[in-house]
Amino acid sequence: MPWLVIIFLLLLLPGLYGGLYLAPPDYQQGDSYRIIYIHVPSAWMSLFIYMVMAVTGAIGLIWRIKLAEIMSISSASVGACFTFIALVTGSLWGKPMWGTWWVWDARLTSELILLFLYLGVIGLYGAIDDKRMASKAVAILALVGVVNIPIIHYSVVWWNTLHQGPTVTKMDKPSIHVSMLIPLLLMALAFKFYYLIAVIQRARIELLTRERNSQWVKTMVSENDQ
Amino acid sequence: MSMQEFFAMGGYAFFVWTSYGLTLIVLVVNIVVPVFQRKQFLRQQALKQKR
Amino acid sequence: MKTARKQRLILITLMVLGAGIAVSFALKSFNENLMYFFSTTDVAEGKAPKDARFRLGGMVIKGSVERPGNGMMVRFKLSDFNKEVTVEYTGILPDLFREGQGIVGNGKLNSQGVFIAEEVLAKHDENYMPPEVKDSLKTPQKASVTGQE
Repeated sequence: MPWLVIIFLLLLLPGLYGGLYLAPPDYQQGDSYRIIYIHVPSAWMSLFIYMVMAVTGAIGLIWRIKLAEIMSISSASVGACFTFIALVTGSLWGKPMWGTWWVWDARLTSELILLFLYLGVIGLYGAIDDKRMASKAVAILALVGVVNIPIIHYSVVWWNTLHQGPTVTKMDKPSIHVSMLIPLLLMALAFKFYYLIAVIQRARIELLTRERNSQWVKTMVSENDQ
Repeated sequence: MSMQEFFAMGGYAFFVWTSYGLTLIVLVVNIVVPVFQRKQFLRQQALKQKR
Repeated sequence: MKTARKQRLILITLMVLGAGIAVSFALKSFNENLMYFFSTTDVAEGKAPKDARFRLGGMVIKGSVERPGNGMMVRFKLSDFNKEVTVEYTGILPDLFREGQGIVGNGKLNSQGVFIAEEVLAKHDENYMPPEVKDSLKTPQKASVTGQE
């Protein structure tokens, strides 16, 4: 854990410094484009974490591995946070640049549906008392929701949207200047490590709650109490 | 570039700093909540064991 | 692999595939409604609604922006590199509105075929670069107006 935090900070601080200070302003958007350094990594994480949640959910369903179930549900809240950040920062970027906080185009709407999927997963898990049953129900919901992931990614290609097309994941070379790209990649990596830290935190408490009647948790509780 | 210019963000200070601020809050809360949940869990279970 | 696990794996794969197929059919049938805006070619071909509000997207043609009279009214031509449509708008334009940039307007066509916009949103492209780099580029980049690369 301390190592993860150190790596996270070693990526985050140069990323922030590069993104907010070193990177030049954009030729069209001036300094407002600096929101990209949290908006885009958050949006990537929202998709990535959803896939982790769905795949670990499927592993839990098929092989009945408890650890996979715990990883799956622990990812949900972190993923929901990143989706929320992507939506809010996108809105704060859209107002000065597009001229509106929100539009119902395909990209924005499908990302909002992703937030609802995450919230559905969290809500459903909380509503079922038997946590092994809850994990199964949640995994099925998450797996059905996987169809939304390619829709989000390709929405800007398949339909006319106000949101612009992909910059970094284009097949040819990314259409972002290298001085702006490096902080973006640093931030994206930093967010990956943040996810690891956050999901381990969540998984620990989830494991404790599930195993509260087992001997090792009881020993831990009484040791902690002294 | 002066400090003032840096914080002004070319006139987009409100949008840029609100974004970064909100992100910071959400990310910190996400880490802190499980720590509290853990403490609360340990307290509750300790009470249960004493009964 | 045990048969029970195998069965669960097959069941889950079928479920995800089924959901995917169902959604793709649904999206296909709603394709028109998922388009955020009509292109200027759509308008020229009469595909856009005649008496209803709709959104029109395109690139502001360089040199076409004019302000007739002293008011807030702006008139400019939109293009998708194929057909052109004249747009009139009264109000505050977003920061990114400039010639050569993509925009999306919301409004109606009048009887002369001029698009009267009630709202104008800027659609920026996916290129990010410092101003110096832009200046040094001799050949202007092809802006993506329709969202397609």
